[in-house]
Amino acid sequence: MTLPQLFFLYFAVSMTGLSLLVVTRRNPVHSVLWMLVLFLHIAALYLFLNAEFLAAIQIIVYAGAILVLFLFVIMLLNLRREETERMFQDQWPVGAGIGVVLAVFFVVIVGKIAVLAPLGEYSIDAVQAEGHIMSIGKVLYTKFLLPFEIASLILLVAIIGAVVLAKKRI
Amino acid sequence: MVPLSWYILLSAVMFCIGIFGFLARRNLIIIFISIELMLNSVNISLVAFSHYLQSLRGQVLVFFIITVAAAEAAIGLAILIAYYKNNPTIKVDEINLLKG
Repeated sequence: MTLPQLFFLYFAVSMTGLSLLVVTRRNPVHSVLWMLVLFLHIAALYLFLNAEFLAAIQIIVYAGAILVLFLFVIMLLNLRREETERMFQDQWPVGAGIGVVLAVFFVVIVGKIAVLAPLGEYSIDAVQAEGHIMSIGKVLYTKFLLPFEIASLILLVAIIGAVVLAKKRI
Repeated sequence: MVPLSWYILLSAVMFCIGIFGFLARRNLIIIFISIELMLNSVNISLVAFSHYLQSLRGQVLVFFIITVAAAEAAIGLAILIAYYKNNPTIKVDEINLLKG
């Protein structure tokens, strides 16, 4: 067992535990805060996979924007009554069964994965020589220019939709 | 060196926990958080594949997934607030106006 494997095992165990904490807390604020810890772990895992830009984006966008949005919505709703009621729906065993079956399916099938595709041109040395943000930017603005524009359209729709939906009188 | 299958396994386990939360919880906010959990687990596997295949396409895809997740959270929570103004509950089994 080498040091990177130990490091990964710590992250795997703690991320699984944090995910379970996120979906089983009664208070949504606690869920969101455990989710914040989980996002920090995911960002560290991205660093481990040489994706510095995505680690920064993970913290800035997910932890900084989306989770704060969740907290604001929890603040806008009055959830005191909800906290005393039961947490799970009547069909929760079905949900648990589907989750377990799918997990077993994945565990069986993952051992058979072999990377057969030809390796790309962005090896770790090539990316480090050029800089990670520069190489990801080159790919984003050349091969993925049209999806990039569509993403801007999606964000525009999200802005307009959120404003319209949150208005007092629609 | 950490094998690729470990990352895929971690991602699969997180995805299944997210599915459980999505199907079992009554609180709509936690259901949204479960969706974010599933999107994040897929992101982990994409970044892992991108690293092991030495290609940046996976990372660019993660970039787009984060964009869509942000848009989805904003719209979903806006719908939640709009519904809460009419009918103050966020329990999914009490939201049954469309039930025949």
